[in-house]
Amino acid sequence: MEKERYKNLVDKNIPKENVMINAIKAFLVGGVLGIIGQGLIDLYTVWFDIPTKDASPYMIITLIFVASLLTAFGVFDKLVSWANAGLLIPITGFAHAMTSAALEYKKEGLILGIGANIFKLTGSVILYGVVAAYVFGLLRFIFLGG
Amino acid sequence: MTFKFKNVFINDVATVTGPFEKKGPLGKYFDKSYNDFYFGEKTFEKAETKLLQESIDLVLHKTKRDRADLFVSGDLLNQDVSSNLAALNLGIPYLGIYNACATSMEGLIIASSLIDSKKINSAICSVSSHNCTAERQFRYPVEYGGPKPKVATFTATGGASALLSNNLGKVKIESGTIGKVVDLGITDVYNMGAVMAPAAADTIYTHLKDTKRKINYYDLIVTGDLGIYGKKILQDYMKEQFDIELTKYNDCGVMLYDLKDQEVYAGGSGPVCCPLVTYSVILKRMMEGELKRVLVLSTGALHSPTLVNQKISIPAICHAVSLEVTNDIL
Repeated sequence: MEKERYKNLVDKNIPKENVMINAIKAFLVGGVLGIIGQGLIDLYTVWFDIPTKDASPYMIITLIFVASLLTAFGVFDKLVSWANAGLLIPITGFAHAMTSAALEYKKEGLILGIGANIFKLTGSVILYGVVAAYVFGLLRFIFLGG
Repeated sequence: MTFKFKNVFINDVATVTGPFEKKGPLGKYFDKSYNDFYFGEKTFEKAETKLLQESIDLVLHKTKRDRADLFVSGDLLNQDVSSNLAALNLGIPYLGIYNACATSMEGLIIASSLIDSKKINSAICSVSSHNCTAERQFRYPVEYGGPKPKVATFTATGGASALLSNNLGKVKIESGTIGKVVDLGITDVYNMGAVMAPAAADTIYTHLKDTKRKINYYDLIVTGDLGIYGKKILQDYMKEQFDIELTKYNDCGVMLYDLKDQEVYAGGSGPVCCPLVTYSVILKRMMEGELKRVLVLSTGALHSPTLVNQKISIPAICHAVSLEVTNDIL
């Protein structure tokens, strides 16, 4: 059988993914996470009497800490398989990817295990994040003058 | 290529599993099951070796032996590590083999050929897989999880061993067909059922042609780990390509778990999936006289994450073993 005809036979037999439901779930979960983040910023500005600019990093640290803790307790992967991109795209997903890699490789030692593998999944995010920041920074400099 | 064997019997088998398999519909048929994924070991790799080791010890205990002439074993990990460590403990001549999830029947064919040609008298054929070691080997870190599509399969956790010899037993290995590598261009690493179905079809067709048998010669035909969708693909493909209707047919990946209640997507997979089902419920049904002739096809996706990243499609293989109830002693 030719590859093209086989592909049609396969497509006929496999189920459709619920793209719409997944998108709605991701939108709602991601949105709620955004509200929580904003809530934390507001809380920190009142509690610690600091400007919003200084409260933002504390909010990020809080979310990263909670996400990593949930990963370590083995809860976050279950949440992710339900909420999909809603939890993977925000900073929580980044924290989860790093913590899960660290947990996976800790048995292989600090250097060759955790050190060499902690960025296994997030390495691309960092690399292309830095490249994108450089490109947009340059564009901003050229068109807006800094 | 099909070999007929005259004098090879399955003397006994042993199955040891993890928690998901225990909770599945076949849970009561396994010799031993654990409730966690570590089994008292520190790493998942050691845990997998323990399952394999225990299945070997159990099969030796059941057959009242302290050794066999040869140990043939394989698993999913790089360098076949679980099998190597088990072979080290066993201390008998060892062949480490790899054909992904088709390894179990590959092992039976190798051992049967050596026994039938009187090179050896007995062999232990084993395979193992562990859900968490396989996830790390082929996908993401275990705790990462990552959303999976419905066609994905769930690697079974377990160790399965069979003791083969020329001593008369209730079930004999009647013949074996060594499959060819087949690739119909599937690149989806989650849709292994679609990757492997053409290989299974090719091996079924070759087996029937070589032995000059009709499909209804067998009381049951089982594939290793095509999953619920792969099963349908194989049935459609057999009909279209070879005009063969697969009716008395099931898939071990579908039988091993309760697909409605357990979170295993399209069903079980992994080298141990096929023997866990074959060595438990299928052999039991053969012993009880419900099934007389069974064709077991272990299906393997020869998947390498490196090659998939290089945009090379996934080849697949399938080996078949025909099991028959020995009439002489019934």
